[in-house]
Amino acid sequence: MSHLASLDAHVLDLAWAGVLYWLGLGFSALLLHRRHGLLTRLVFPLGALGALFMAGIGVAGLLQPASSMVLPIGLPDLPFHLRLDALSAFFMVLLGGAAFGITVYACGYFRNMAAGPLALLALWYHLFLAGMVTVLLADDAYAFMVAWEVMALSSYFLVTTDHKIPEIRRAGFLYLLIAHIGAVALLLTFGVLQGGHGDYTFNTMRLAEMTPFWSSAAFLLALFGFGAKAGLVPIHVWLPEAHPAAPSPVSALMSGVMLKTTIYGLLRITFDLLKIQLGWWGTLALALGLVTALYGVIFAAVQSDMKRLLAWSSIENIGVIIAAFGLTLIFHTDGKGALAALTLTALLYHALNHAFFKGLLFVGTGSVLHATGERRMGHLGGLMRYMPWTAWLTLIGALAIAGLPPLNGFVSEWLLLQAFLLTPGLTQPYLNMVIPVAAATVALASALAAYVMVKFYGVIFLGQPRDPGLQHAHEASWPERLGMLWLAGACILLGLFPTLVIQRLEPVVLMLTGQRLPGISNWLLLTPVSAERASYAPLIFLAGVTAVVALTYLWVRRVYHGRVRRSEPWDCGYPEQDARMQDSAEGFGQPIRQIFEVFMRVERETPDPFDRHPHYRGDSRDKLWLLIYQPIADLTAWLSMQAARLQHGRIQWYLVYSFVTLIVLLVFTR
Amino acid sequence: MSTGILLQVAQTLFAILLAPLLMGWVNQCRAWLQGRSAPPITQPYRTLRKLFHKDAVIAHNASPLFRFAPYMKFACMALAAGIVPTIANDLPFSPAADVIALVGIFALARVFLALAAMDIGTPFGTLGARREMLVSFLAEPALLMVFFTASLISQSTELPIIVATLAHKAFAIHPSLAFAAVAFWMISVAENARIPVDNPSTHLELTMIHEAMILEYSARHLALIEWAVALKLFTYSALGIALFLPWGIAPQGDIAALPLALAAIVAKLAVGGAALSLMEAVSAKVRLFRVPEFLGTAFLLAVLGMLIHFLLEV
Repeated sequence: MSHLASLDAHVLDLAWAGVLYWLGLGFSALLLHRRHGLLTRLVFPLGALGALFMAGIGVAGLLQPASSMVLPIGLPDLPFHLRLDALSAFFMVLLGGAAFGITVYACGYFRNMAAGPLALLALWYHLFLAGMVTVLLADDAYAFMVAWEVMALSSYFLVTTDHKIPEIRRAGFLYLLIAHIGAVALLLTFGVLQGGHGDYTFNTMRLAEMTPFWSSAAFLLALFGFGAKAGLVPIHVWLPEAHPAAPSPVSALMSGVMLKTTIYGLLRITFDLLKIQLGWWGTLALALGLVTALYGVIFAAVQSDMKRLLAWSSIENIGVIIAAFGLTLIFHTDGKGALAALTLTALLYHALNHAFFKGLLFVGTGSVLHATGERRMGHLGGLMRYMPWTAWLTLIGALAIAGLPPLNGFVSEWLLLQAFLLTPGLTQPYLNMVIPVAAATVALASALAAYVMVKFYGVIFLGQPRDPGLQHAHEASWPERLGMLWLAGACILLGLFPTLVIQRLEPVVLMLTGQRLPGISNWLLLTPVSAERASYAPLIFLAGVTAVVALTYLWVRRVYHGRVRRSEPWDCGYPEQDARMQDSAEGFGQPIRQIFEVFMRVERETPDPFDRHPHYRGDSRDKLWLLIYQPIADLTAWLSMQAARLQHGRIQWYLVYSFVTLIVLLVFTR
Repeated sequence: MSTGILLQVAQTLFAILLAPLLMGWVNQCRAWLQGRSAPPITQPYRTLRKLFHKDAVIAHNASPLFRFAPYMKFACMALAAGIVPTIANDLPFSPAADVIALVGIFALARVFLALAAMDIGTPFGTLGARREMLVSFLAEPALLMVFFTASLISQSTELPIIVATLAHKAFAIHPSLAFAAVAFWMISVAENARIPVDNPSTHLELTMIHEAMILEYSARHLALIEWAVALKLFTYSALGIALFLPWGIAPQGDIAALPLALAAIVAKLAVGGAALSLMEAVSAKVRLFRVPEFLGTAFLLAVLGMLIHFLLEV
């Protein structure tokens, strides 16, 4: 350990050096705005190395006690405070690990972009990465908000990369608007947290004595502020617009990594900065999380645009994470420390998993988009034959996100469900009613996620191509494949070695809840509480499945012949079958739409029986948009119209306005 | 440990070999109830043998996923059959996968088959896949809730421990189990594609669920799927028995109890299979969009069971 101790002080310096490196890389990309080759072959690979470096620093940070430093930048009396503790370190591992794969992928993805816009994109991309890391490292409200804004603005410019398309500009505006409403709430949170001292460092906030009322105010503001950025229902409307609008690697970063910074912020403020936690916060977060999870997955099931489907699925996953957060709070305030540790482990694990599988799926759709120029699932199909690499790697992501063993999605789901089963004996009686319903909702959402993924994968990659042009679809380039391989490999490893991962998570769990999981000792067998209580061994599971598949295969081969005859698919006696007769994305989602129609407003265009070119369109719109946002937008428009009456275009009137204003000001300031 | 592994392997093989017999028995009972002359009880074995001997016919555009899925399905079902205590409760493999993982295994098999059904790109394949996922998105959480009720009572998600605990408890003490049992029956009917949710002997494509998914399969692939279907029925029956009628299952380390346990499971399966065919004979298949109502009821019952446990039994 001695050599580690000597590294102690340097790790944070190195992390800051990494941030500067990314910044430098971003700005040097601007200088290379005519050198396309250098941008894709040098800048992005170097950026990827930076991500790997950050992940390494995160791993080192998990092994060490917290370290902090003060940077002499910022306003004269307000230097930046940075701190690397277990919580930041964990999220740095998440960020670095996922960003490495995504950035490697980006080297190939952006190869066809013109050099000028690409240089600009590289600048925003690296600023975005640097901003996210600084959010994790910030140790005072000032640095945090600056980093938060850098992250928000750079991602805004990334979202509007294709700014010539009006919908994308609209999505970008919506994103910017809600991000800033959230940022205002965060600013107020920190205002409450500093408790009148006027000192905005986190260290002072940790020590501030606060009444339950003000603590609750801070928590609610934080929940709103971070929730707006995380896509918590009902402030989720921007997410399915903005995430798909960005280029795919950026979508992957936003869904996979940026959403996790909100989880980081929530954990930081609730468990670290606030001295007291109240039980009802947990119930609130649990309820909001469950609603978000269910709402997200239902809407994911009815989407027909592949990236939009994934964005809705991100809302679902954030919902699950927030629900786990609520549960952690409930247990923590109820004095069930071991249970809080278990749910927190599930939360962190799920956040980590989601970064990898959502990143993988988004970049997978990126390759599809690149190869076909098509985002609408109803125009894709059969791509497994033309792009096998993309298809098989995406399959891993799809199975993982559907929560199937032995991949990683299952592990976090398993841990969370275990927590529900351990709950009897909470002191609040009403929680005994809430917990079973919550468990049922999580189970329902994860079963629906499997539906969504079968739809996603089946419609895009399987079946017959719905468009003749798809036969010219080309396979993803090598950097793209390598990026996907990294992400898919992480999904597999996180699925197979859960105990090793959970042992690494221990410092974080210990830091936030003051407890550790009792049962994690055996590397093969995951036993969060005790072996009698529950256990799961993914490696043995995988070995079992593989062994039975191999034995069956060999047995069939040995005892029977392996003759195969190829023919046309069986047509069930119908004379003509073509690709249009397969389920479209709308068709596959139709049962879900019919069951959950109360949540959405469905617009249908059905063809006439005599149409030469029959066209069907079924569009399911979010009812919350119509119920909440549309009235607000209408009201704003109306108020602006009223205000606009002041404008006549006549100079006399404007002079009168100035005069009146002057008089009023004189009256008040006298 | 070594006897445990031996028992484990023996029990899995027992399930694999006996599963078609249970299928044959259910079919026989059903034929009797419908007033037809019944096929011999060994008919499923003959069908399997015939299928294994045929040449496989595969569509031109089938991907490797299509050919792999039957093996996956069979492996998952064999593994599931190995986890559920049928004869003995001493299963060294069970710590690797508890009840939640068991639900995961079923889901894994289902997702693979649904994807394979969409692989060829025929309208009926996708239709079957969509309907299968529709059935499962309600059945799967309901099954989880049933397991949750059982594990809340036994304080464990390990099947052997659940079974050992429930063997000493009565329905009267645990009303939640009664709800769970009804829900489990409804889920099993849906998951095994039986009437009233699906008709295993249907020949009308438009009403098919499971059969529509496997329309493209033939020969050895079809044989594996059919075998896996029989195995699934067997596993679900064994699971129901283990959870709700567990008496007779040999406890850990008690080899002398094995013959009795064997007789008990055979008797219980015979009665259960007859009951299944009776229920199929007296009910009609419901419309597809009544299926969510049926499963919603099962889901609600299972959640109610869990609620009742929290309210009355803690």
